Amino acid sequence: MIEAVGLTKRYGDKTAVYNLSFQVRPGAVTGFLGPNGSGKSTTMRMILGLDQPTSGQVTIGGYPYRRLPNAPRQVGALLDAKAVHGGRSARSHLLCLAQLSGIPARRVDEVLGVVGLQDVAKKRSKGFSLGMGQRLGIAAALLGDPQVLLFDEPVNGLDPEGILWVRNLMKSLAAEGRTVFVSSHLMSEMALTADHLIVIGRGQLLADMSVKDFISHNSADFARVRTPDTEPQQREKLTAALTEAGGQVLPEQDGALRVTGLPLPRISDLAHEADVRLWELSPHQASLEEAYMRMTQGAVDYRSTIDQRAGLQQPLPPGVTPPQPMPVPGQGQSGWYAPPPPQQGGQPFAMPQAPAGAPYAGGQAAGPYAAGPAAAPNPYAQPPAAPAPATPDTTQRTSEDPR
Amino acid sequence: MTTPHPQQVNQQAYAPAPQVPAAAPAGNWQAGPGGLYTSPIPVTRTHLGHAISSEWTKIKSVRSTMWTLGVFLFLVIGIGLLVATQTNDRDYVNVPFSLPAFFGLVLGQICLITLGVLVVSSEYGTGMIRTTFTASPQRHRVLAAKVLIYFAVAYVTSAVAIGLVGLATSAMHSGPEATGTEWAGTVFKGALYVSLLGVLALAVGSMLRHSAGAITAMLGLVLVPAILPAFLMISQSTRKIGEKMMDYNAPNSLAKIFGLDTESGHGNPQLWLLIGLTVAALAGAFALLEKRDV
Repeated sequence: MIEAVGLTKRYGDKTAVYNLSFQVRPGAVTGFLGPNGSGKSTTMRMILGLDQPTSGQVTIGGYPYRRLPNAPRQVGALLDAKAVHGGRSARSHLLCLAQLSGIPARRVDEVLGVVGLQDVAKKRSKGFSLGMGQRLGIAAALLGDPQVLLFDEPVNGLDPEGILWVRNLMKSLAAEGRTVFVSSHLMSEMALTADHLIVIGRGQLLADMSVKDFISHNSADFARVRTPDTEPQQREKLTAALTEAGGQVLPEQDGALRVTGLPLPRISDLAHEADVRLWELSPHQASLEEAYMRMTQGAVDYRSTIDQRAGLQQPLPPGVTPPQPMPVPGQGQSGWYAPPPPQQGGQPFAMPQAPAGAPYAGGQAAGPYAAGPAAAPNPYAQPPAAPAPATPDTTQRTSEDPR
Repeated sequence: MTTPHPQQVNQQAYAPAPQVPAAAPAGNWQAGPGGLYTSPIPVTRTHLGHAISSEWTKIKSVRSTMWTLGVFLFLVIGIGLLVATQTNDRDYVNVPFSLPAFFGLVLGQICLITLGVLVVSSEYGTGMIRTTFTASPQRHRVLAAKVLIYFAVAYVTSAVAIGLVGLATSAMHSGPEATGTEWAGTVFKGALYVSLLGVLALAVGSMLRHSAGAITAMLGLVLVPAILPAFLMISQSTRKIGEKMMDYNAPNSLAKIFGLDTESGHGNPQLWLLIGLTVAALAGAFALLEKRDV
């Protein structure tokens, strides 16, 4: 089990990680998510004792990493696929790591087989593709057959077959009772692999909950409604009617309406009452990806803008209007993400339980291993008394301002 | 449900992964440490020996080792034999038979310096160091193993090269009037000097963590004291510094070891200076190693 308490790392006046506390438990795949530069890799390096935290501490099985007696036999890590000497063959690379922790050389050939690199074992790793490099890194992590595994972006550069393999590998490692901690910036990938999620942005904890909770708390369903393009007044009429009935209506780029807070049949009824024809009435699910992006959009450090190419363009001949490019969703516009799910009462990303009773309150005497079932708040179990979902709460919704 | 869709749809869509394991591990970790994974491979207690065998695998599995040592052998033996053939028996009355190796060593020491730097800094350059220090968080053990392995390799290689040149020369020139001085000592001392220079380079490489920077720094350390005295001698005030530099620079120290300048202790003071310098640099390297982030 990995346990971080108040982990903080500063580089000069830049704070990479601030007051991060979490636990990673055995028997599950824990996803570690965050935008680029949010401090995922820094946290990973601090877990592995490569970087010294400015304050706070992180332990594995109760020990700081650098005090583990035979670290590779307890913790395996893939940090960076290119963290190998390119001039060394794959087998020599693994062999020198195996010798360092007293692992028999036989094990090297074993893990080479596991990751499918046995045919290129004698080749210098300089010529490896990114995917092969990832496989070599995974082989190094598996070498010590450790109890705890850390993977930093393991699917980078892998082909679809490799991604599926990694996904299944993670799950099977967790099923054996190991602790698996995987960082990624791909929410979609984590949704398929992880059981539990730790989301950080700008070095701070944004969410620490099971994937199931994350989905129910952060993904919003909506209906797409399209009125005849030829009659814009119908669209306004419907918008008014829907808003009046308590729905939230957002116009979409192509002229359709995105409606939340009303069931499909109700929308149809309202349209009928308002005497508006519908060209489209379809159910949609905001993806987990979208929920994640909405959660982290305030914490993104590196944001793309529209490429203006200003100053490089040839002056247009007089009388020619420049072509207006179709805007692409997500490029330099805000408000593209789905609206926040209504059941949260305006607080965008509430944790499922109040932090007070949370299992992450560091100093609690009853550790997760301590008592049996009595050790109540188990983040992997169902939330005991589900605070929100289940039933529609109309009063809350109406109080939440119709737009 | 406030949304047009029942929550179930939502869950079904993402069901495959999260739903099933979400319940299973709960029981798993609550069961306590008994449910944890334990490896069937026996866990051994690691020590310096493991790090040494690992470093041995590392040093012999990269080409830079073969290249630098190959060039070193070529320079020392090649130039040595060339010099040996161009001299005659009378030249070896007052100097050891291993002297021809000196000329090769003056150039060849640069190869050993390069290898010494690369042993450490190539790991920083490639990022391998993070893998290494993850595999052995006892960083001092890794550096100690690197120093020992490098020193052994450099010492054996240079001793063999100097010895070969000495043997060849003595075979060519052991005429009646060329008694030759005792030359076994020069083999050990010469090899020790260039190997220590390499260990110093290794320590500098570990502190600077940058191949080109560390090699440049070492070349400066070797060459500047050999060149600078020429300018320092001009002024009376700096003359003393110039003379010291003249006495203790690397090429001159080697010359003393090989008996070209017999009046001052066969290069022993120079050897002691280098030992002191190397120990200091190693101490710095070890201290920084534990402190810094990688």
